[in-house]
Amino acid sequence: MTPLLDVRDLSVVFRLRREGDMPWTPPRQLQAVRGVSFALQPGETLGIVGESGSGKSTLARALIRMVPASGQVNWAGEDLLTLSRARMQRHRSAIQMVFQDPLASLNPRMTVGQIIAEPLRTHYPEIAAPEVKARVQLAMDRVGLLPNQINRYPHEFSGGQCQRIGIARALIVEPKLLICDEPVSALDVSIQAQVINLLAELRRDLGLSMIFIAHDLSVVKHISDRVMVMYLGRVMEAAPKRDLFSRPDHPYTQALLSAVPIPDPAKERAKRMIPLQGDLPSPMAPPSGCVFRTRCPRAAARCAAEVPALSGEGRLVACHFPGPLEQAA
Amino acid sequence: MAMLDVNNLSVRFDTPDGVVNAVNDVSFSLDKGQTLGIVGESGSGKSQLAFAIMGLLAKNGRAGGSVRFNGTELVGAPLSTLNRIRANHIAMIFQDPMTSLNPYMRVSDQMAEVLVHHRGMGKAAAVAECVRMLDAVKIPDARGRVRLYPHEFSGGMRQRVMIAMSLLCQPDLLIADEPTTALDVTVQAQIMHLLGELQRDFGMATILITHDLGVIAGFAREVIVMYGGQVMESAPVDPFFARPSHPYSRGLLHALPRVDQEGAVLSAIPGTPPNMTRAPRGCPFAPRCDLVMASCHDSLSPLTEWAPGRRRACNRPVSDLLEDAA
Repeated sequence: MTPLLDVRDLSVVFRLRREGDMPWTPPRQLQAVRGVSFALQPGETLGIVGESGSGKSTLARALIRMVPASGQVNWAGEDLLTLSRARMQRHRSAIQMVFQDPLASLNPRMTVGQIIAEPLRTHYPEIAAPEVKARVQLAMDRVGLLPNQINRYPHEFSGGQCQRIGIARALIVEPKLLICDEPVSALDVSIQAQVINLLAELRRDLGLSMIFIAHDLSVVKHISDRVMVMYLGRVMEAAPKRDLFSRPDHPYTQALLSAVPIPDPAKERAKRMIPLQGDLPSPMAPPSGCVFRTRCPRAAARCAAEVPALSGEGRLVACHFPGPLEQAA
Repeated sequence: MAMLDVNNLSVRFDTPDGVVNAVNDVSFSLDKGQTLGIVGESGSGKSQLAFAIMGLLAKNGRAGGSVRFNGTELVGAPLSTLNRIRANHIAMIFQDPMTSLNPYMRVSDQMAEVLVHHRGMGKAAAVAECVRMLDAVKIPDARGRVRLYPHEFSGGMRQRVMIAMSLLCQPDLLIADEPTTALDVTVQAQIMHLLGELQRDFGMATILITHDLGVIAGFAREVIVMYGGQVMESAPVDPFFARPSHPYSRGLLHALPRVDQEGAVLSAIPGTPPNMTRAPRGCPFAPRCDLVMASCHDSLSPLTEWAPGRRRACNRPVSDLLEDAA
């Protein structure tokens, strides 16, 4: 099967100038994403997890050229990164994004109807107004908004409803791929479940592919088919959900999983934590070799010298010494 | 007599949109060395409850009812009484360590201030004590780093600084308001582990306020569930997680995706939390409840003990919940 999206060796470098730098001082480089490759099959949901600074959001933005990147993003037979603006525009309607902060990502001076119609007006200006309105109503119905809410403004809605508006706006151009960047992390538990169920339902009914980015492993586990774990801009492990959560191979994945609190007192008290040493290194000066080695309980000399390649069949691990760790008490 | 006795505590805010009843008639007590988790979603009143105990409500807020700490009434107490109790007996840590530390002051200065002010210590002795406390919260190279500014620490380290600061006067009660919400999950695990250790070592009682039931399960012995400014249920953690006795608690537990289980469809709670400017009559959860009865919209049974240590406020008999949970 040809993948829907085939990403090869994607890197994002930010150039930063510090305050007080002279105009001729060369800017410092921050490698936010380094050499990430993955493929997404039609209808598949890929979860991307990682802590702050892992590059997961930057990666998502790089795919649709919201930030400049190098490498390849192959989509429908073309490399999106090399396309002209005009040609890129043709693909934009097929890849839509849902953002974290539901209220901040909606224009406060536009009505819900205008917000949802905007992508349609941009990409298909030829569609007549009555048709636009009909499609907006359809999209609102799909995400569980009431028809009489069409003329209201974003501030009149709760966080969960704003996220529904954001999802309706993404769906109206009938995308093939939905990129969700922390879509539920700003929401309360009871509302979070509503939005997760909505996304799962849309994926099933519309055959959408999804890239689902979150820091919450429980949420990612719930919705994804395959999960990719990132740390300091690199992929540590990528595997089908079941494998990753039942037998994590990379020491970082194991530490991450052991840190997730479980809402069951007996299990939570009996749980063995794998503590991580120290803090996240500065992304301006990442460690040599394996970026995780400064905090890895299994780090050896080889880890400092050689960058471990992401390798394996089905389950991919970037580690010189993968496998279950001895769990500390 | 319990160390902390909260009776019929309520918090009201006068706002341009009318009076907001943020907390209604909350009662509970806490003994020495106990750990209590207060769980609730945004707007449930859990943070305002803590602020009311500390006498830290905003200017337009009024607390009613009673909060007694070792017999001393705190509601309406003069500032001098509150200041004697705060820090010396009750300390608090907040969600966002960056905004609760002063960015213009070295950590040594702002920490030492606590001891100079409350204990009348000299500056040098105070700083030495601060270094000892930073060691206790496992900040590496505490002696070297005490002179740094808050922005030179990572988020997790800043929260450790906050914790160290709150422990300087060896409080009997620590109130932690969402202490790990702004932190990554591995850092959260470190901080909760640290809080657990310190709680045992110092023997202080702790109130942990959070929206995260997983964090409560690992840390607290007792739990209070709040919704719409009211206590819905309170119980020891083990029976609470095994057999919640309130439709809201049960809904919350079923709405959680979990790493330790294979997920089917999550049972979301329909609807949205109440708007507190229009105080709901009857049960605040009634519009979203799957077991709602006609009477729920008019009145709510007061919080009553139905089994040892377990209290609930619900018009449904407890058997309606526990039967279909089994």
